[in-house]
Amino acid sequence: MTLMQKFLGAAATLALSAGAAFAEPALIYDLGGKFDKSFNEAAFNGAQKWADETGSTFREIELQSEAQREQALRRFAEAGANPVVTTGFAIASILGEVAKDYPDTKFVNIDGWLPEIPANVKLIGFQEHQGSYLVGMMAAMASKSGTVGFIGGMDIPLIRHFGCGYAQGAKAVNPDIKIIANMTGTTPTAWNDPVKGSELAKAQISQGADVIYAAAGGTGVGVLQTAADEDILSIGVDSNQNHLHSGKVLTSMLKRVDVAVYNSMKSGASLETGGSTVLGLAEDGVGVAMDEHNAALVSDAMKAAVEDARAKIISGDLEVVAYYTNDSCPALDF
Amino acid sequence: MDKMPKWADAVLVPLFSLILAALLSALVILAIGEDPIAAFKLMVNGALMRSAGWGYTLYYATNFIFTGLAVSVAFHARLFNIGGEGQAMLGGLGVAMACLYIPWPHWALALLGSATLAALFGAAWALIPAYLQAKRGSHVVITTIMFNYIAFSLLGYMLVNVLRPPGAGDPASEKFHASTHLPTFQDMFATPDNPLFRSAPANVSFFLALAACVFVYILIWRTRLGYEIRHFGHSQTAALYAGTNGTRITVIAMLISGALAGLMAVNTTQGEAERLILNSTEGAGFIGIAVALMGRNHPFGVLLAALLFGFLYQGGAELALWTTIPVQLIMVIQALVILFTGALDNMVRMPLEKLFLALRKDTPSKNGETL
Repeated sequence: MTLMQKFLGAAATLALSAGAAFAEPALIYDLGGKFDKSFNEAAFNGAQKWADETGSTFREIELQSEAQREQALRRFAEAGANPVVTTGFAIASILGEVAKDYPDTKFVNIDGWLPEIPANVKLIGFQEHQGSYLVGMMAAMASKSGTVGFIGGMDIPLIRHFGCGYAQGAKAVNPDIKIIANMTGTTPTAWNDPVKGSELAKAQISQGADVIYAAAGGTGVGVLQTAADEDILSIGVDSNQNHLHSGKVLTSMLKRVDVAVYNSMKSGASLETGGSTVLGLAEDGVGVAMDEHNAALVSDAMKAAVEDARAKIISGDLEVVAYYTNDSCPALDF
Repeated sequence: MDKMPKWADAVLVPLFSLILAALLSALVILAIGEDPIAAFKLMVNGALMRSAGWGYTLYYATNFIFTGLAVSVAFHARLFNIGGEGQAMLGGLGVAMACLYIPWPHWALALLGSATLAALFGAAWALIPAYLQAKRGSHVVITTIMFNYIAFSLLGYMLVNVLRPPGAGDPASEKFHASTHLPTFQDMFATPDNPLFRSAPANVSFFLALAACVFVYILIWRTRLGYEIRHFGHSQTAALYAGTNGTRITVIAMLISGALAGLMAVNTTQGEAERLILNSTEGAGFIGIAVALMGRNHPFGVLLAALLFGFLYQGGAELALWTTIPVQLIMVIQALVILFTGALDNMVRMPLEKLFLALRKDTPSKNGETL
């Protein structure tokens, strides 16, 4: 058999398998892993919910290296997966190029940004600063010491975006409030370092912080633990983390990645693409978690203030400045 | 007298180590209820039976050749450079500087420029640990690994505050200009009716890696400097007594090592991502240690070991794509190979040596009789 024939054969097999493949959706997790108790896990939960409801299956991959981003996109698209849902901003620019080669496949990216969005790509973003603003208000109202803390994962724009909204909310309640902001680390391990999170929380407590907001993926588990041990309040992120330490977690800033993934898979091949969707307070894409675990911590005044601010943000009367607008934050220096 | 012939040391020991690692990996896969033979077939099919698979295998191998050579050059002077990661990051910064700020007319010139800057930046990052080792006796193992963290912080600062295009959320530089894009294997070897290496990241820097292998071979075994490096490594006191300048050898060996590690960035940053990203080295600096160990610090051995690790990475990706084997277990399989070929080397070597000694006793050679 000549080389030529071999390749034709391989191409034919590929075409056959692509045609025969059931168009199941695929989910590509960002580096950092599927079970991070936060961002990626929320995506998995959304996909699992879809799978349970429809009795279908989905393909998934946890990436191990940067080069696998493009590889996973292409191989899933070639295998007939539709739609291909990806999480994390880091894959967006590659997605923008790869998507053009597979016009029949729909791609979704959560958190990403592209200057031009191809016709078969949908970007889903979240107004994290709006949700963070609300939890910042609650933190300032719950604080007795006049000092609140913020612990981020890596020092990247996205995390500054969280911290900036938080600081604006806190300052709106108490203009003299002191905000201590720390980032966990400079390597990707910063997203999964609960020990370091715990140490940073202790350091912030010794500086007087009595409410700490953690936006640091798996690292936040350590922050919440230490806050509960030291008898101060903490604020969870992405998923509802109130139940982790009932009565010690003031609230959680919800980012409904699960809903975004669920809806994308539910629409399947008829998903509307070619643009970006930004989910904010108005769309319930972000919000504050209220449940039985934090009912005793949230006063009526807090509820009223949050509800008021929420309505004003939705109506446009109150504008929370996004860090991305000028790459700087009016309420906090990083 | 050697306990066993050289070919046995170079071929049999790694081979038995690999077989042991494969057996143990098979048990691991069995334990989670998957079929190890099917998994192995999938790895081989995905990594070696398709040209695109080779494109990924060779791409990873290119990284490991550079970092493996970096570790082995330093090791010939008995310096354990585990800062390849940081040196490669700085190399990436060098590549980004060359590609972003200089308008290159052609990719070949861009390659020359970026390779030079990558090597310079990598070498500069190795200079301080080298100086501290030579003049102050601060152990190079400690300082190089600490420099990895400094490099990460520096890269993070540069990407978030300096190189990131305004408004972008991703801590990465702008895309390099098209004239700096290196030809991939697809560009070089694919024809319209024979689409080889489709969209695989392997690129012309693989040949740069091969050239580096030749360079290291000539340097270590065919030049006076190489002789001095090996001499210094085998016996520092003897080398110093013979008039070798220890400071000079330590610094030069580390500079070459850092430059080789820095060159890795040409492959990842200019060849694949075509922009500088935060996670561009992704552990290749550390894999280089295993590659050098397995390759017995010889360029040809490093090449073979790098190909094996490239296969493991690409095969691992195939497993992650098409099976339900979790990524953590794929890392376990990769780690088992490193463990057996690197750390547990003597476990295989000692029984083999005994075997060869026993065989020799049965058939005494002529040398043995005359002695």
